[in-house]
Amino acid sequence: MDRLRRTMLFMPGNNPNMIQNAGVLGADSIILDLEDSVSIEEKDAARDLVYKALKYVDFYSCEIVVRINSPSSPFGIKDIQVITKAKPDAFMIPMATEEDMEEICKLVGKIERKEGILENTIKLIPIAETAYSIENISDIISASNRTIAVLLGAEDLTADLEVTRTKEGQEIFYARSRIAHICKTYKIDAIDTPFADVDDFEGLRKDTIRGKGLGMTGKAAINPRQIEIINQVFTPTIDEIEYAQNVIKAMEEAKGKGKGVFSYQGKMVDAPIIHRAETILKKAKAAGVI
Amino acid sequence: MKNSLGREIPDTIKGYYKEVKAFTGAYDNIGDVIKTQVRAKSLMPGKKKLLNSLEEAIKKTGLEDGMTISFHHHLRNGDYVVNMVMDKIASMGIKDIKIASSSLFPIHAPLIDHMKSGVVTGLYASYMSGPVAEAVSEGILENPIIMHTHGGRSRAIESGDIKIDVAFIASPSCDSYGNINGLYGESACGVLGYAISDAHYAEKVVAITDNLVAYPACPIEISQDYVDYIVVVDKIGDPRGIVSGTTRITKDPIGLKIAKTTAQLIEASGLLKDGFSFQTGAGGTSLAVAASVREIMKEKGIKGSFMSGGITGYMVDMLEEGLFDSILDVQCFDLRAIESLKNNKNHQPMSASMYGNPHNKGAVVNNLDVVILGATEIDTDFNVNVTTGSNGVIMGGSGGHSDTAAGAKLAIVVSQLFKGRLPLIADKVTTVSTPGETIDVLVTERGIAVNPRRKDLIERLKDSKIQLVSIEELKEIAERITGKPMEIERDERMVAAIEYRDGTIIDVVRKIKR
Amino acid sequence: MVIDKPARAGTLESSDIYIMVQPNQGQGIEIQLDSIVLKQFGKQIENVMRQTLKDLEIEDIKIIANDRGALDYTIRARLETAINRAN
Repeated sequence: MDRLRRTMLFMPGNNPNMIQNAGVLGADSIILDLEDSVSIEEKDAARDLVYKALKYVDFYSCEIVVRINSPSSPFGIKDIQVITKAKPDAFMIPMATEEDMEEICKLVGKIERKEGILENTIKLIPIAETAYSIENISDIISASNRTIAVLLGAEDLTADLEVTRTKEGQEIFYARSRIAHICKTYKIDAIDTPFADVDDFEGLRKDTIRGKGLGMTGKAAINPRQIEIINQVFTPTIDEIEYAQNVIKAMEEAKGKGKGVFSYQGKMVDAPIIHRAETILKKAKAAGVI
Repeated sequence: MKNSLGREIPDTIKGYYKEVKAFTGAYDNIGDVIKTQVRAKSLMPGKKKLLNSLEEAIKKTGLEDGMTISFHHHLRNGDYVVNMVMDKIASMGIKDIKIASSSLFPIHAPLIDHMKSGVVTGLYASYMSGPVAEAVSEGILENPIIMHTHGGRSRAIESGDIKIDVAFIASPSCDSYGNINGLYGESACGVLGYAISDAHYAEKVVAITDNLVAYPACPIEISQDYVDYIVVVDKIGDPRGIVSGTTRITKDPIGLKIAKTTAQLIEASGLLKDGFSFQTGAGGTSLAVAASVREIMKEKGIKGSFMSGGITGYMVDMLEEGLFDSILDVQCFDLRAIESLKNNKNHQPMSASMYGNPHNKGAVVNNLDVVILGATEIDTDFNVNVTTGSNGVIMGGSGGHSDTAAGAKLAIVVSQLFKGRLPLIADKVTTVSTPGETIDVLVTERGIAVNPRRKDLIERLKDSKIQLVSIEELKEIAERITGKPMEIERDERMVAAIEYRDGTIIDVVRKIKR
Repeated sequence: MVIDKPARAGTLESSDIYIMVQPNQGQGIEIQLDSIVLKQFGKQIENVMRQTLKDLEIEDIKIIANDRGALDYTIRARLETAINRAN
């Protein structure tokens, strides 16, 4: 885990006011969007604005991701050609297929070399938002060594499946589980679909907990007011941290005494428990809570 | 001469009601004071106060060229009374009138014509926005206007600095013998706190009402023993401009972030405990601070003492939830506040003097733990400007800003670090409204700065999660983003003098160079 | 680069700038600027525009701009978009 991706906040790519304030809102990642939030007539303007913003705006420690237009649209490739020069942390690819990932990976590499950018600097995040991509997500991930995460896009997915999108999210149980598992095998992040009702904070909390419970490691936000709750859910609690610290302490004490096996709170501590404790502490450290 | 903030103050101010005294420090002039005498005409039993027309009332008061008249601003941008009275005065051929209105709003634009024609030659206000403020900034009046704080205006009236010849009091409810309240009627505005000193210290008092009720008009906010005449008119105001339907918490993510940070700071300051007293404005960000404080109080089971100032429905909710014991209300901003004032004994009205006058035996602001304040600009000495825009045009005024800052244990300025392209922090603010020695903290979305004078607070926050930066650093952060603005060129000519609450001159506003 | 036809970019939203560009054959650079921060930042905005034109090697252009407090990066982006749309 090189960096925390609890909250990935979408910001419309043609809105200077939102772009220049995005870095102070508490999101771990900011997604500057050239796709759905930008009308067809303004695609060029948003691309120019995002390019300049990447060059001149301070986003502090946030990761900056640019969601390009679909590579099969007239804009997607141009987006890559222009924006790569401004060195975003990553591109987010809508409706990504294996071929898209391969092609974009090559193109980005070519521009990186031409611009003197260290190879493999710019990463890729495919959006899994069709039944096809859920089923083939493993191939999509492995189509490029730049892949660092997958975003689940439930709105398009449920449209593709012709099922109703609900707040409870039973219809995406399988997609969440599958993405979480496969991302884990590649050691990359599984980012949960955004929660659409921006005024329902209790619903957001439940939905976030549900995703986390299935193994999602972060969640996209479509409104800055969603950040705090998502961060809370994905940040280890004080109890969890205390438990983890005690496990590690007990382990070290046991080591000191030359004991191979030991117990904490009456339970045998084995490798998975230690691993879990270490992960909690790593996350807590990255989130700045310890 | 220069005052203690380094502001150039002229030795004399044309048309000023007293000798110029330069500001020397926020707490320098507190102690023995003398209140002025008022000439009053006592009334024979059987005599009536209710007159047939405004003209008759103006005649009976003996209003003449050169006199000073006063108004309150509880009807805000829905007020008809100022324009109505001034039009009548003009038509009667009276000139050279000084207006002491607690505030002026865009609706008062017709005053400009009266200024051009010489009917109005002087102005005193604690806050002004709109065309009149712009015209004054352009130098429409020969003499500079004088701007006060809410508490300072009461002080000036009670001390006799401002001698009011006739007070015209817009009265949402009034009986035929001059008992007044703001609670009932089409033009209900709730509290009449800004009109109290006027009623008590004006030589003549005229109540103007559109809602004559049976004697006595209970509850009584301004009582009959101060009122000379009553005039009934069609309408004293437009309810749409008087109160807002609902006041909403901002949805702006930057405002919300500032609010959250501010609440955390208040918690870390140690003041947020049982007995906590709190004042915040009606603006979106200020209300968002209240919302964040409310959450913490609920979570920790803290029971506060009082909230004060201008009151909104949001504060009423907090009162009714039992988070605070009481409200001390100088002005109602919405219908919820008026309803609560009617029905809840723990929701008390107060006068502007009780609220913020530094020269009475103790104002409410002195009992405040925390006040949340806005700013148009703040400088690296923490001096705040809420009077002029950074383009130099008057667009506000202290109101209760300086009073609460001086009184509260913790005065927090909350603002975006830059708005549009204008940075908040300057080397020197365009105009000083509130002195930096009374401002404790600045909270922005990109960092918190504590006034270095508050060593105790800095020490206390060291052990908390609150991270501090210097105000100079914040200024640099902003200027890296916006660039450094060019200074506004100014004329020699003075258009306004800013009186601090104690009656000393804290700054002057000069005309903008075209 | 040459400006062939009129074009525009940007919006009148807060922190944005609305820019119209027109051909100005042989007449040099002409800038008409209106801004909510004209007194404080008028010169700076014009400098940014002139620098952008220099970078793009544009010698003849008429610019009519209405600024709502845009930062330099936005001014550059909007001007470049307008110019790209103008040829």
